[in-house]
Amino acid sequence: MGKELSATRKKRDINKVAYLFIAPFVLTFVVFSIYPVVRTLYLSFTDYKGFGEAQIVGLSNYIRVFKDKFFWRALGNTVRMWSVNIVLQLGLAFLLTIIFSDIKYKMRGLSIFRALFYLPNLIAATSVAFLFKTLLDWKYGTINQMLVGSGLLKAPINWLGSTLTAPYIVAVIGAWMWFGNSFIMLMAGVQGIPKDYFEAAAIDGAGRWKVFFQITLPLLRPIMLYVAITSLIGGLQMFDIPFLMCGGTIGNPSGSTQTVVMYLYKFGFEINQVGFASAIAYALFMIILVISMIQFKAFNKKEA
Amino acid sequence: MGTKVKRGILYAALILLAVCCLLPFILMMINATRSGSEIVSSFSLLPGKALSDNWATISSYFDLFRGMRNSLLVAIPATLFTAYFSAMTAYAMAVYKFKGSKILFGVIVVFMMIPGQLSLIGFYDLITELNMVDSYLPLILPAIAVPGTVFFLKQYCESVLSPVLLEAARIDGAGEIRIFHKIVLPLLSPGIATMSIGAFIGNWNSYLIPLILLNSPEKFTLPVMIASLNSSTDITRNQGAIYLAVAISVIPILIAFAFCSKYIIGSITAGGVKE
Repeated sequence: MGKELSATRKKRDINKVAYLFIAPFVLTFVVFSIYPVVRTLYLSFTDYKGFGEAQIVGLSNYIRVFKDKFFWRALGNTVRMWSVNIVLQLGLAFLLTIIFSDIKYKMRGLSIFRALFYLPNLIAATSVAFLFKTLLDWKYGTINQMLVGSGLLKAPINWLGSTLTAPYIVAVIGAWMWFGNSFIMLMAGVQGIPKDYFEAAAIDGAGRWKVFFQITLPLLRPIMLYVAITSLIGGLQMFDIPFLMCGGTIGNPSGSTQTVVMYLYKFGFEINQVGFASAIAYALFMIILVISMIQFKAFNKKEA
Repeated sequence: MGTKVKRGILYAALILLAVCCLLPFILMMINATRSGSEIVSSFSLLPGKALSDNWATISSYFDLFRGMRNSLLVAIPATLFTAYFSAMTAYAMAVYKFKGSKILFGVIVVFMMIPGQLSLIGFYDLITELNMVDSYLPLILPAIAVPGTVFFLKQYCESVLSPVLLEAARIDGAGEIRIFHKIVLPLLSPGIATMSIGAFIGNWNSYLIPLILLNSPEKFTLPVMIASLNSSTDITRNQGAIYLAVAISVIPILIAFAFCSKYIIGSITAGGVKE
């Protein structure tokens, strides 16, 4: 009896060590993650200019965001570039997953192709931006030289100078950077499906498309949801590539590549309307939240 | 027979796509050795002779190796912090029963989904208040608390650590802190290594936060330094120099990838695929 008691007391003491173990994380997390999020929320209700006293102004920053046609333009730009990006990125990733998981063709070289397709994702966005900005130069860029030299184009195209091409260039570069990542995720999902399922289907004489639609696709749903939501969160925060390739926060040409985070950056760090910038951050957050919930619903509905 | 032809077509398509991934880097390396006027006048797949001239143009403008050193000064401690403290937090959450454990887990999951821009302004404001602008501390310290890594390592703990083993160590008289360092950390090391690779690449490539926090050019990390190319007319006049600067920033990652692509790819799926 006494022995048991001391054992339970000892156990309780042991569990207290947990607080010591989590203390650095919790402290850092409260200071550098939770506080900034709450502080941004507070600032979004003020007229803070980055210095001096902040006056509470209620919802006026949010009303201004709502009425600001440039915010809506930036949101439209972001959504347009993200949509093109995501269709290419996931389309390509899906196609590759179908090719590599095909039970008839049994493609080899997955690890080499996977590595090559992933490579662009590894490089800093700043380097990617400068590389493509230089390669796509209107008069002297290597890409125009190749296209004109091979006869595919009659005259060089001003890729980054026209509203008809610049946003789509940004979208294509985004897809180029991220399709390998999505492919690896989807492929890992396929590899996680027990082999018995495919073998059983083969014994039953199921065709490859039937296997794909009846087995592979349904079992991939959780990963598809994960990929869709992470690329939504990442994509709507698009910043580095258009910021560096399209003339800073202006988003040349004529603001067609200005994303919401570039717009936020302009107010938060260039012209110091910090309160307004904070409201932009929360407005974008709410938009991301709503779209994620729609994605969630859409994926769950298919399951029923 | 038809299968063979079709398979051939598929391989050709895959190779074409792989070329699309590599070509920009190959063009970059070739153009880095050509002079600005050569690049401007014609396209070539043959290297030129202007490598040293291009290097002279760049080094007269900035010290790329300093940028690399600065990036290492940020990325190495940040990665170590993430690895050590995430393992510690994850271990505590997986093994001990304590009040607030569920809340902590909930907060971690919520913050994994919260976009970074939401804290950007509040974070900058906080760093200004703390007088830490233009210092590496605000780039390094937050690495102690990375929710995604804790989330992954907690699950890793649950699959790798056996309660019997921990109990045996306790009976041998080992203290909890000693058990963590001598038994748990070595057992978790494959998972920690996987997460560290991802953390290092993320820190090495990070642009927006260093951009808003660092003011002095001599403190710029590599991505911020590369981005400052925009403001140099000497360099923008010479495309060869731009290509060389970008190439130097990219090559360390390319070399690292050539040697450990398997682990890097493992680190991507680790975060997302949960059985």
